[in-house]
Amino acid sequence: MTSKHQLELSQVGIDFPTAKGPFTALKDVNLRIHKGEFISLIGHSGCGKSTVLNIVAGLHQATTGGVILDSQEVTEPGPERAVVFQNHSLLPWLSAYKNVELAVKQSSKKRNKKEIREWVEHNLELVHMSHAVDKLPSEISGGMKQRVGIARALAMEPKVLLMDEPFGALDALTRAHLQDSVMEIHAELGNTVIMITHDVDEAVLLSDRIVMMTNGPAATIGEILSIDLERPRNRIELADNPKYNHYRHEVLKFLYEKQRKVESVSSHRLAQRNNKVGQHNAA
Amino acid sequence: MSKTVTLPLNLLSMSRINVASLGTWLGQLALPVIGIVGFLALWSVVASNIDTSLGKFPGPGAVWEQAVNLVDEHVAQQQKASDFYQRQEERNAARLAQDPSYEVKIRDFTGPPTFFAQIWTSLYTVAVGFLFASLIAVPLGILCGLSKAAYSAINPLIQLLKPVSPLAWLPLVTMVVSAVYVSSDPMFSKSFITSAVTVSLCCLWPTLINTAVGVSSIDKDLLNVSKVLRLSPMSHVFKIVMPSSIPMIFTGLRLSLGIGWMVLIAAEMLAQNPGLGKFVWDEFQNGSSESLARIMVAVLTIGIIGFALDRLMLILQKKVSWDKTAVLR
Repeated sequence: MTSKHQLELSQVGIDFPTAKGPFTALKDVNLRIHKGEFISLIGHSGCGKSTVLNIVAGLHQATTGGVILDSQEVTEPGPERAVVFQNHSLLPWLSAYKNVELAVKQSSKKRNKKEIREWVEHNLELVHMSHAVDKLPSEISGGMKQRVGIARALAMEPKVLLMDEPFGALDALTRAHLQDSVMEIHAELGNTVIMITHDVDEAVLLSDRIVMMTNGPAATIGEILSIDLERPRNRIELADNPKYNHYRHEVLKFLYEKQRKVESVSSHRLAQRNNKVGQHNAA
Repeated sequence: MSKTVTLPLNLLSMSRINVASLGTWLGQLALPVIGIVGFLALWSVVASNIDTSLGKFPGPGAVWEQAVNLVDEHVAQQQKASDFYQRQEERNAARLAQDPSYEVKIRDFTGPPTFFAQIWTSLYTVAVGFLFASLIAVPLGILCGLSKAAYSAINPLIQLLKPVSPLAWLPLVTMVVSAVYVSSDPMFSKSFITSAVTVSLCCLWPTLINTAVGVSSIDKDLLNVSKVLRLSPMSHVFKIVMPSSIPMIFTGLRLSLGIGWMVLIAAEMLAQNPGLGKFVWDEFQNGSSESLARIMVAVLTIGIIGFALDRLMLILQKKVSWDKTAVLR
């Protein structure tokens, strides 16, 4: 940990133009992240989690405030802030190997042919995909695609790894496997990670801090919960751990008690939709 | 006991396989054959009931006879041409023996073009016109798909020019080509240039529009990947845009080629430019008792070639496309 804060979001806000005038999606988002920290963003659908991530990625421009990474302002997308997209976003016409190779070739021009090949293979091995390097995305399962997507992001050697609901589209078992893989990789590489999630267990299991967001419009950070659980973490042991269950309780309370009140103030429709999400998650 | 049980089961599964394979055999071969035979029967019945000023409308038999005739004429013409060149060579050799300073002149055979020569001319013309149009339309389409500004600038022109029949352009193209394309030793004949440009004018639009739509509807996530990777504009086009929009580009190309082939025949008839269209027009003017049958041969040939061109594009698409599982038709 060379610098205290590697990534800093200060007073970040964003307005989207609509027919009825500007719509304020985010307001006054302040967050400081240490190097190597694992941060989860959690909140109800439509609260602007993805927008925060996209601003850090440089895909959206903040209307107010800004993002500073290693004392440089973020103005455009770049490989030092690699993104793992929700639906893998692999180029369907390239094999797993070629998808990662494209990222390697783009993010560092210094490597020679042999070094490129070794680095691609190393990253695919990291996500346990060495057996399917020549397969096209259409020929592998959803979990495997997401693994390749993570390998592609890691291969860019990002300062910050951004993950937008990386396991949202996967079944529970595959998701657990991938969560374990991500914990392993994080322990090994020590990247700074920002992950968006809907899943309370996932947030508590993986994160150093959980950033809980209030509902939009003008969404912002509601509470930040530090997860003081020793690593490496084991999901089976934690299931019985009172501290773990306390953290889960805290997050659930924020999502379904504190934020529910705000919903009823905001538009009726949004409240209805969020109730549905709540019921679904509770079940 | 076990035998009596397994035997009927085996028989059952065998009969099922036979039914299934019979079904595919019917679908793939028998049904098209039934369709064609039915058409031929209907054709001969209807044809025998139509009397024209040039005799009865030709039925399948008369058309087949003329098809054979056209092949024979072509073979005879080729024989004539090779005889001509042989005589010329002998004559030149003899003169060279008499007078070593004699400069050898080789004259081309000037017999009238046969049916097959006309087919070749048309195919060559449509290929050149189509290629030329595609080389313009695909890059322009990509530009329109990528840039809203380019699209706004070019779209009104596309909408204005697209519905114009290229035959309306034909007189203008003819005049411009005769005025501009002046050369003492032209590489291509003027009629060829005129036909090819006319084909190009109608091949542009479907490719241009489909390419633009294909490019503008690329998955947003892939565009984000390109941004995160900071791909240069060139590698963005070649690594993301082109592979994504290949299906739409080929849809445009196939439409263009089909239209180009139709328009070429009409242009050749109208402008008396060499090709299958001229063959049809010449036979019509000729007005012999065989003319209608010979025109019918040309009509069927045009259809078969149009079909073959489309299949050719399909094969090319299958080769170029990355998605080998996609059902192309």
